[in-house]
Amino acid sequence: MTDARTPLVCVRGMRKTYRSGEGTLEVLRGVDFDLAAGEFVSIVGQSGSGKSTLLHLMGLLDVADAGSIELDGVRVDGLSAARRDRLRNTAIGMVFQSYHLLPELDALENVLAPLMVRHGVWEWLRARRRARDTARALLDRFGLGGRLRHKPRQLSGGEMQRVAIARALVTRPRVLLADEPTGNLDEATGGGILQTLGELNRADGLSIVLVTHDPTVARRADRIVRLAAGRVDDAPSPADLAARRWAG
Amino acid sequence: MYKLLLCWRYLRTRWIALASIVSVTLGVATMIVVNAVMAGFSHEMQTRIHGILSDLVFESHSLSGFQDPKWHMEEIKRAGGDDIVGMTPTVAVPAMLNFQVRGQWVTRQIMLIGIDEATHAEVSDFGRYLQHPANRGRLSFALRDGGYDTIDSQSESRAVTRPALEGAGWPHRRIRVERERIWREKLEADRRSGASAEPVDHGPSRSVDQQVDAVLAATTATAPSAQADQAPAEPTPAGSKPADPFRQARPEEGTRMDPATEQFTGVVPGIGLTSFRDGGGVDRFLVLPGDDVKITFPTAGTPPKAVSDTFTVVDFYESKMSEYDSNFVFVPIASLQRMRGMIDPQSGLTSVNSIQIKLRAGADLDVVRDRLRKVFPADLYAVSTWRDKQGPLLAAVDMEMSVLNILLFLIIAVAGFGILAIFFMIVVEKTRDIGILKSLGAGAGGIGGIFLGYGLFLGIVGAGAGLALGLSIACNINAIRAGVEWCTGERVFDPSIYYFYRIPSIVRPFTVAWIIVGAVGIAVASSVLPALRAARLHPVEALRHD
Repeated sequence: MTDARTPLVCVRGMRKTYRSGEGTLEVLRGVDFDLAAGEFVSIVGQSGSGKSTLLHLMGLLDVADAGSIELDGVRVDGLSAARRDRLRNTAIGMVFQSYHLLPELDALENVLAPLMVRHGVWEWLRARRRARDTARALLDRFGLGGRLRHKPRQLSGGEMQRVAIARALVTRPRVLLADEPTGNLDEATGGGILQTLGELNRADGLSIVLVTHDPTVARRADRIVRLAAGRVDDAPSPADLAARRWAG
Repeated sequence: MYKLLLCWRYLRTRWIALASIVSVTLGVATMIVVNAVMAGFSHEMQTRIHGILSDLVFESHSLSGFQDPKWHMEEIKRAGGDDIVGMTPTVAVPAMLNFQVRGQWVTRQIMLIGIDEATHAEVSDFGRYLQHPANRGRLSFALRDGGYDTIDSQSESRAVTRPALEGAGWPHRRIRVERERIWREKLEADRRSGASAEPVDHGPSRSVDQQVDAVLAATTATAPSAQADQAPAEPTPAGSKPADPFRQARPEEGTRMDPATEQFTGVVPGIGLTSFRDGGGVDRFLVLPGDDVKITFPTAGTPPKAVSDTFTVVDFYESKMSEYDSNFVFVPIASLQRMRGMIDPQSGLTSVNSIQIKLRAGADLDVVRDRLRKVFPADLYAVSTWRDKQGPLLAAVDMEMSVLNILLFLIIAVAGFGILAIFFMIVVEKTRDIGILKSLGAGAGGIGGIFLGYGLFLGIVGAGAGLALGLSIACNINAIRAGVEWCTGERVFDPSIYYFYRIPSIVRPFTVAWIIVGAVGIAVASSVLPALRAARLHPVEALRHD
């Protein structure tokens, strides 16, 4: 169990360098980051600041050159590929800017996909009824009860993102990692998505890490972590200074 | 579970995969059809080879043969035990067959085989291949009074392809003798009146033929003219001396037999020696049952001398193996032994070349052969199974089938390369989906499994469709052949070449199973490389793929 002193996610000294051709690009230069259970944190920064890379590392999609990641106090960055796959399937939910739904599957099947990945054929035959009920309930909750059999190409951007969120939640993850979830949406639709995330955090106590370059979006979170040149920038941003001055 | 779902969805939505399926389908169908037809031909060939040869053949190295076949048969029975259920002696010598066609002598090289009419049919399928129904039941070298099949008894077709055999037998012989008599009288009358009996540059005069026919019509009531159904008239070469067309049937000097009521020793020539099949599938006969032929063969003495005798054709042998039908001529063994001097004048013991041995059903031919080989010295006797006798031919057919199968399997291998290319394309197209699945927790094995499963699906569907197509073609190949012939107007399968009226086809389940397993195996093997590539994709790079 997570207590007050142990963060849900603990990142220390994270370094990541990409090699392209003969050159190298150091994207993360020793990032430290904590996420408490039930916390909603935004990671902001300019393009190329390393925020998406940090999110991929926390989501165990990539391997860091140096540093550590702990989940619930257990170090997870050095696990075998199979155990990292398993952890990604059970404890981590991910939402992307481009929705990343599988085009061959309808909305309900997309939501069920992580559970199908988890179960073998015979296990799935036993678990499918309950899984379908869970997926339907999630889609109903996000206002997509009437679009269960619609393929992604038949859905709007907002609907696709809500299906993606439902897919991320169907496994009851410990943490939701959202990479620019409103980046492809108009302001109103994006606002709806942020409202959904906010509700999940408040009502369900879901821990959320939101990566965005938009300060307005970032302000929906409890806390903002700024990344600049591959490091966490502790200096207050101009917007923060203005806000403090206004408050003072 | 997601692997099955995605395989199924890819199969339904990726129509380009159909190209691979069609390739596999055509490859499998072709292999099934070709194997079925080859197996059919092979089976027909083996049946016919076995039809003329008994299970085991015990023979002498010398044409003069060995003496006392009865003692040899007792010894063979003793060595072979209960596995031996029948035996018959035979005498086989190379010989020359002569007969006349429209005044021209035709000479053929033959293998003259003396057989025991009482026992020969018991050890082989010899009787099945004769043209008179009574001879098929029980062989006789006596000329039959008509009743020869005008429809090929081995053909499923009921078409009359041998109208010439309608009057064959004694009716044909009597008419021929009558024609000969009229001819002779006409020639005699011409000679007496001082007219030349020798036309200047033509064969037998048409006017004389017409006169003969007129007399025949008046004297022989409604008996059909078999000569008219024989080979079409061909002009005698200009300047050649006309031959007496009835000389072949003229009794030997000093004999007083009446050819209208008596026959010479019966002979059963292979049908290929005395007939040919025209383009319309009708058999044309150069000689009919009732005609006489001359056979010249060596005596059994040392050195051998050539002797010649006249025989009367009593039936035809048709195994549908042109090698046999164009080579073998059967006569009664006792006559041949007498003519060749194979009967010891002092002891009365006969000699034979070989003994044909029939084994009980299920007996191991090789075991019995080896048992006999132990008893009889190899420098005097050769003991062989019917397969040994035709070993090179059977081995050549087997090798032909193997090579053909390898070549045809390459068709499926080409389909495999098609699957490989298409799968690589699909992996590129689905790179982002692979990234998504990995972000959901799918492992490398699972991702690879999607494409291996996809290959398996393609293989099963393609091979299944090929199985259905191949079986339907193999089972209806003759109807398809008839349809193709009707559409194109060209003869696809010429019975005059193969002596089969139908394309033989045998579907062997074991062969079909191997083809299916091979095709599915190739489909799966072809998907291994694309599957590995998919499994090794980096999830972040895959997610960023455009």
